[in-house]
Amino acid sequence: MQMQTEHAHEPPRGWMRWLLTTNHKEIGSLYLLFSLAMLFVGGIMALIIRAELFQPGLQLIQPEFFNQMTTMHGLIMVFGAVMPAFVGLANWMIPLQIGAPDMALPRLNNFSFWLLPIAFGLLLSTLWMEGGGPNFGWTFYAPLSTTYAPPSTSFFILSIHIAGISSILGAINIIATIFNMRTPGMRLMDMSLFVWTWLITAFLLVAVMPVLAGVVTMMLLDINFGTSFFNAAGGGDPVLFQHLFWFFGHPEVYIMILPAFGIVSLIVPTFARKRLFGYRSMVYATASIAILSFTVWAHHMFTVGLPLAAQLFFMYMTMLIAVPTGVKVFNWIATLFRGSISFEVPMLFALAFIVQFTIGGLSGVMLAIVPADYQYHDTYFVVAHFHYVLVPGALFAIIAGVYYWLPKWTGFYPSESLGKLHFWLSVIGVNLTFFPMHFSGLAGMPRRIPDYALQFADFNMVSSLGAFIFGLSQILLLIVIYRCVKGGKPAPAKPWEGAEGLEWTVPSPAPLHTFEQPPVFDPQRDSPSRA
Amino acid sequence: MRSVVGLLTIWLLWPLGVAAKEGEGVDYGSRWNMTTGVTELSREVHSLHMIIFAICVAIAVVVFGVMFWSLIRYRRSQNKKSAHFHESTAVEILWTAIPVVILVAMAVPATATLKKIYDASESEVDVLVTGYQWRWRYEYLNEGVSFFSNLSTPAEQIKNQQQKSDTYLLEVDEPLVVPVGTKVRFLLTSNDVIHSWWVPELAVKKDAVPGFINESWTRIEEPGTYRGQCAELCGRNHAFMPVEVKAVSQDEFQQFLAQKRAQAEAEKASESKQWSKDELMAKGEQVYATYCSACHQPQGQGLPPAFPALAGNANMIEASGLQGHIERVLYGKSGTAMPGFAETLSAADIAAVVTYERNAWGNDAGDVVQPETINTMLGGEK
Repeated sequence: MQMQTEHAHEPPRGWMRWLLTTNHKEIGSLYLLFSLAMLFVGGIMALIIRAELFQPGLQLIQPEFFNQMTTMHGLIMVFGAVMPAFVGLANWMIPLQIGAPDMALPRLNNFSFWLLPIAFGLLLSTLWMEGGGPNFGWTFYAPLSTTYAPPSTSFFILSIHIAGISSILGAINIIATIFNMRTPGMRLMDMSLFVWTWLITAFLLVAVMPVLAGVVTMMLLDINFGTSFFNAAGGGDPVLFQHLFWFFGHPEVYIMILPAFGIVSLIVPTFARKRLFGYRSMVYATASIAILSFTVWAHHMFTVGLPLAAQLFFMYMTMLIAVPTGVKVFNWIATLFRGSISFEVPMLFALAFIVQFTIGGLSGVMLAIVPADYQYHDTYFVVAHFHYVLVPGALFAIIAGVYYWLPKWTGFYPSESLGKLHFWLSVIGVNLTFFPMHFSGLAGMPRRIPDYALQFADFNMVSSLGAFIFGLSQILLLIVIYRCVKGGKPAPAKPWEGAEGLEWTVPSPAPLHTFEQPPVFDPQRDSPSRA
Repeated sequence: MRSVVGLLTIWLLWPLGVAAKEGEGVDYGSRWNMTTGVTELSREVHSLHMIIFAICVAIAVVVFGVMFWSLIRYRRSQNKKSAHFHESTAVEILWTAIPVVILVAMAVPATATLKKIYDASESEVDVLVTGYQWRWRYEYLNEGVSFFSNLSTPAEQIKNQQQKSDTYLLEVDEPLVVPVGTKVRFLLTSNDVIHSWWVPELAVKKDAVPGFINESWTRIEEPGTYRGQCAELCGRNHAFMPVEVKAVSQDEFQQFLAQKRAQAEAEKASESKQWSKDELMAKGEQVYATYCSACHQPQGQGLPPAFPALAGNANMIEASGLQGHIERVLYGKSGTAMPGFAETLSAADIAAVVTYERNAWGNDAGDVVQPETINTMLGGEK
């Protein structure tokens, strides 16, 4: 057939190659580059916010634009930077780690990537529409996001739909790949923790993205078709919005952290030159976190006026999540214990992840305590908490993964000296930004305000300075990646001596097609759960 | 473009900003920690916070201690050969069980405090708190007293044209007055979007949700002024709708109620007299600044398309537009952010602000509206 002869042809050249590619490595790179671009777009918005908050008073921007910046910053970082970065890493590494030639559904893979630029192009275009872009926070609580929203809200809803479809398709592809494409002999309990955490994350995505789609569709109907799902005047219920949103939103939080756990669980053993402690308990802990994540959503709503019994239930369930999360941290530390530890750049980012994520986790336990949460809720304490798990947490793990796998992607080691400079500036900047927010929040500063009372001035100034240090130092990340693509110290197939896994059996850089014949996998010798 | 200018400006202005340090602000007892507050509950919440905080710090010290000790002790130059152990069911069970015990220890006092917070029964004063974009309305139930509470910080301070006062953004024209030593119950709801009524020193934060009535309570022990802010993003002026609570003695509280009732009587009486244009314009300017300028802007230029311009608005200014103008102010425009002010403002306020809008910023309708006209239109309901 003609189809078969076409397969032997070279891929199209130029931009058509990228538009039409069905190769998991190329699509993985596209996802990662897209996410990098969004990181900078969302980062510039964060710096605009921090510039305005440098001092009390309104200096640079007006409140309506400030609200658009906080909203867009959140949406872009969550849906445009962190999630696509994990999908990009999954695309690149899952087939390589399970010995598959590609993803199970390559054309779907292409489609789910190219939906993203459309979704975010649409979302960003709302900033130039009459009345401005979304200005109701990334949580878009009704009725502020319906009856009182700018006209561009319907475009925002469409872009969420498109990004959501992209996520669901990507997740289906990952599940299909992991279940069907493992090399012969590899059981589920032989998979790397990155594959495991992504498998569980993919199930979370398939479970909750449709709920998000449902809730934005209800908004669309309220805005354009005269329904009253969230309009109290029409018999609707604004609190219903929050229940639906957070039923999506809390698992979403774990969608953004579970793959990070997976990355760190690979990097720590590599540079401690010691097998991961408690592989099985890591898998069980990840699954427990995922299941519990469906039972804690109302801890975002402790001040909304729920009955006492509900408050207690959600407080206890939320506290319970600390247990499997603690198990993960303890396992990482037990892996370090009596290892032979070296501190290459990926390891530095992974270790910083453990410390900083734990700080965010501990403030999370504090937030679970309902009476205290009445004082923390909607203050900068919450901003500090979730940024600690997302920026020095998830983002650091992504960066750690990038440094860890760059030799495999490009065939060259990333610059160790520039990488270390990038690491130290990032650690200083990120903690200078977010640690003082604990204080301003406890002292009583509400979140999402463009101007604040004078007693909050000092900590805000520190946060703003830290934000500029952190933001500008990410330019180093660009330089490191650019230089690593161009050249550097050549990397062997296994660039880190303590690394384990099938990805290190293919040459560096990984050729376009790998594992056309399934690799030999002997669980007794190769499994992370071997005796 | 705006962002580039912003970034450049901030670096240029930085040294100036440090030099122009202004008021100290009003802290709620601490600049970096939760306030102890002035009620039994706020002290309980504070001690709960300090207990959990101490436990978290202790956990962090142990966990990070072991981690950093391992990093230093087992660094490669000190330990060439790593150990081989990689699992232990006993250890896993141990570090699952210990956190459970710690968490139960935290949950017990938290549950007890939460139960107290939820007991709003046997209140002596009941206040209905209603959130509006962007002000609070307080109504003393069964007392016949209600009023709005607006930010009183002048726009010049916000725009950095004037020295900021210590109470910058935390001051209102009419604070909520409550008696000390009395159980005051708050019933919270909203007229538009979700707001959240928060006073840190009372440890009260509760959402004001349209269509719902939430409940909270306090018993303040010390007379004084306690400040807070709206905690839930509610639109453009979310940062500019503070809460100010004045706790006074029972006698002063009764005087306050009596004075408020007298004030309402006088206001009512003034509605039947004929107002001069100057009187209407002067009052109208005040009302406009408090209720209208946030959206329609100080010079009536608006922020189209969400908030249309009033200056030079031909439909509104022409004589035949008068009726429509008054109705729009009274009843609002459904499906938009324009609220109706029939419930919010007095007939005199509405007459004055309509007159002002028709004759300010170059508008030249020339007509004046009397409070009586408004009352007639409302069918005597006011």
